[in-house]
This record gives sequence, C-alpha cells and structure tokens, in this order.
Amino acid sequence: MIAMKIKYLVIALAVFSVSSIFIGVSGISLTDIFHLNEFQQQILLHSRLPRLISIIIAGASMAICGLIMQQLSRNKFVSPTTAGTMDSARLGILVSMLVFSAANPLFRAGSAFLFALLGTFLFMKILDKIKFKDAIFIPLVGIMFGNIIGSITMFFAYKNDMIQTITAWLQGDFSMILSGSYELLYISIPALFIAYLYANKFTIAGMGEDFSINLGMNHKRVVNVGLIIVAISTSVVVLTVGVIPFLGLIIPNIVSIYQGDNLRSNLPHTALLGAVFVLFCDILGRVLIYPYEIPIGLTVGVIGSGVFIYLLLRRKNYA
Amino acid sequence: MINVKNLSKKYNNKTVVNNVSLNIKKGKITSFIGPNGAGKSTLLSAVSRLIKHDVGEIMIDQKEINSWKSNELSKKVAILKQSNNLNVRLTIRELVSFGRFPYSQGNLTQEDWEKVDEALSFMELHDIENQFLDELSGGQRQRAFIAMVIAQDTEYILLDEPLNNLDMKHSVQIMKVLRRLVDELGKTVILVIHDINFASFYSDYVVALKNGEIIRQGPTNEIIEQGTLKEIYDMDIPIKQIDKCKVCVYFA
Repeated sequence: MIAMKIKYLVIALAVFSVSSIFIGVSGISLTDIFHLNEFQQQILLHSRLPRLISIIIAGASMAICGLIMQQLSRNKFVSPTTAGTMDSARLGILVSMLVFSAANPLFRAGSAFLFALLGTFLFMKILDKIKFKDAIFIPLVGIMFGNIIGSITMFFAYKNDMIQTITAWLQGDFSMILSGSYELLYISIPALFIAYLYANKFTIAGMGEDFSINLGMNHKRVVNVGLIIVAISTSVVVLTVGVIPFLGLIIPNIVSIYQGDNLRSNLPHTALLGAVFVLFCDILGRVLIYPYEIPIGLTVGVIGSGVFIYLLLRRKNYA
Repeated sequence: MINVKNLSKKYNNKTVVNNVSLNIKKGKITSFIGPNGAGKSTLLSAVSRLIKHDVGEIMIDQKEINSWKSNELSKKVAILKQSNNLNVRLTIRELVSFGRFPYSQGNLTQEDWEKVDEALSFMELHDIENQFLDELSGGQRQRAFIAMVIAQDTEYILLDEPLNNLDMKHSVQIMKVLRRLVDELGKTVILVIHDINFASFYSDYVVALKNGEIIRQGPTNEIIEQGTLKEIYDMDIPIKQIDKCKVCVYFA
C-alpha cells in the first residue's frame, strides 16, 4: 500500500512537471519539443526548466524542514514559518546587504543561514523554558517570536531605505527565477540527503531526551544537526524564491496522518508531496489570471491556510 | 552488579538524594518504595545516567558509570520512564525495532529483526504489531515499551513507575511479565513502585527511601513488616498473611 502511494506521488509529480514546462506566455507545445527554434530553446533552458527545478527543490526542502522541526520540537505545528526561522533568514539577508553592500550570493546565503540557525536555536531554547507545552500555544509563541524579528528587520530596512528590497523576500515568487539566479538552491540537496541519513536519529530524538539517552544516542548533537539542515535549506529557499508559508506545516502533517511518524519511511513521501503541492499551486497561479501570474506565496498561503484549519479542527476529534 | 556508594544529588541546593549506598543483586527484582518526594525516581535516573549525580560513585559491572561509553552502556542498562504523554505515531513494530539502535544504529540486520520478533512474541504483541502507539490502550502501550526494552537486550532493566495509570488487570499483567523477565531470561529488574502490595507480591528485594535517604533495604519479607512500614510511611499498616503472601491493608 505504501509503495502504491509513492507511485501515485511520482506520477503526479511527472504529470505536473510536464504541464509546468509547457504553460507560459511564449507558446511551446508538446509537439514542438523535437524541433525547437532558438527562442523556444532559450525559454526552455533559461526559464521553464530552472523554474521547474527550483519549485521541486523548494517544495521538497520546506516540507522536510517542517518535518524535522516538528519531530525535534515534538510539536505538530512547529515549522520554519511558525518558529521564526524564515524571519531570521530575512534579517540575515538584510544584515548582509547593510554591512557588505556588494555581497555575492554565497555571502548573503551564509549570513541568512547563520541568522536562521541562531533564530531557530533561540526558539528551541525558549521552548525548553516553557512549561505549558500546548500544541497550539507553542506555534503561537513561535509566530510572535518571528514577528519580533520581522519588525527588527523592518525597522532597519526603513532606516536604510531598503523596505522595497526586503519585502521582495516576503512573498515567495517563482516568476523571477531564471538560470543564473536559482542555482543556490542546489545547496539544499546534500542537506536533504543528510536528513535522510539521520532519519532514524531524528525519530528517536522526537521521543525525548531520556528516550535518546537510553538508546545511547547523543540527543543534543542530533538536534543540532537537524537545526543546521533546517537553517541551510530555509535560507537558500528564502534567498532564491522567498517565503512560502504553511508548506512546512501542512505537508508533514498530512503525511503523518496516513503514514505515521517514522522518518525513514516518511521523508520520501514528505519530499514528493511538498514538491507536488507547490507545483500544483504554481500551475494554478499561472493559469487563473493568464497571461498574468499570482505569486506562489499567495496561492500556497490561501490553499495552505484552508488545509491548516482543517488539520486544526480534525485534531480535536482525533486527539 | 550495580553498586552505589555514598551517592548524593541536589537540585538548587535542595538535597534530593542524600548519601545513599546500595548493591543491586543480579537476577532479581528490586523495588524502590517510599512516599512522594523520597528520591526514588532521582536515584533510578542517576543509576541509568539520565541525570548526573553530584557526589559518590555508581559502579556498573565494576566500572564507574561516567567512564562507560553511552552506546556501550545502552547495551547493558535500559531505562523506561513514564511514557504516557507520548503522542508519536509509530507502530509497535517500529518502536520495538528502535530497541536495536545501540547495536545497529538504525540499519537493522537479520539478527536484529529476529530479536525484534522474539520481543514481540514474548509480549504477545504480534497480532497488533502494525497498530500505531497513539491508538493503543495504556496497557498495550506499556507492553509495547517493555517489548522495546526486551529487544534492547540489556542485562539490567530499570522502570520508573511502570504501573502508572494502569488498571488492576494490566498492572498484574505487567508485573507477571517482569517476573518472567527475571525467571526465564535471567534479567535484573529494578523498579520504582507505589503500591506496596505489588512490591510485596512480586519483588525479591525492597529498598525503602524517605527524604532522600535509604531507611531500610533487604529481602521483601523483612521489609514488609508493620514496624518497618510505620517508619517509612508514618502509617499503621496491618499486614495479613494470605497463603504465602503478605498483604498490606493500608486503607484505614
């Protein structure tokens, strides 16, 4: 049965990928594929394919980041958007632009990564201190925490006339993706691979510190590895695509419902479903007001918040 | 053997365990009893390295607990804390397979899976092995965790209040399992337990704590005795002999 579901996800990914390549203002039809003119070739190689690749990597990355964070914090509603990770990454981008104005992308990514890591780490520390570990309360704390960091970012952006630049990262958008601007996302792939190697350890860490010690596992180190993976992936996604809300929240929860919480078997499902979901939302955003586009942050936000409300309501009957 | 010598532990200047010494006999069930706040759980956590002690030494098979590698120790000592707040969606089989983590680091071999199967059979969980933990009753879940500890295949099994929130039937079931672990598999079981009648019926040795100190320890028969119980609990507890067992009537 599990293998079946993986198969459906792979088929969906393939179908959506093909559609994604052929949807756009400059017409490329399926029959053209073997005799493309130079212009069509350019479009395909420098716009459509980069877009497709970045959607797949970003979708898979954010879903897996959410999964890791939920496991490590032992809370189903913690994710890069509800723990200050994304806001911290944005602050990092701003700082890199203020301090080193001509920073190259790698430098910027490094700064975003450091801030994302620090921010998430700080949130985990706050979590340790909170005695009242309610499933809803914790993400609310995370959202507040993220907003505080967000307002610090806004304050310094305002002071330095950079509001416009920094809001560009507020809403995820794939329409600006061209070859040359998205390659940073590839950094996320090895991070996700390491996540897979650590899958069992994350599952054990999710059972608590005592449980981990009993099995002879270094709980702190595993948590730190997890946070580093989350910070790397989140910062490169924010930097190249922007904030994609809800994704890290809803995808792992949907997978958990039918698949359980064993990360080793969950990770492929989560990655695939994340990619399929973003791809679907992206195609929707491109056809709804054709030839214009709705940015991905908005489509995912609208559909995602609906699913999120469903998950919240469902939780009552189920828990 | 587990030997504890002059062990002390403080939390924020409050002494929780004070100068405790004891030897745990191999192949027996030892119960820690005593009123709330006596330091039973702290002592158990120290012996299982979940918390660091301040003063004194804990020797596990002649080796100080801090000089054991954590991974090696996890093949020797298993600790099960109260686990009722876990809401992780793992199947019983997945949970039990994590018991093999110290040996396989998550990549289970054929032999590891055999151990998992043995543990599941021992706890009679094969029928429900694919059910999720959060869908089980308290008794089933506790059995699943004990199965995991069996798969972990340690000489010493430590349990912190394993009967918490269980009804009579399931409490008896768990205690019988612990007895079988000792009698059939030769394990050494140490547990913190509140109900002195369960301690009286099923354990070989009893260690009584009060205010962080051991006030009595010895074979069960010597501890379950009216004068001793008065000393531990400040209660007059009549004891009735039923067949070969002593029953403490502590209700009035």
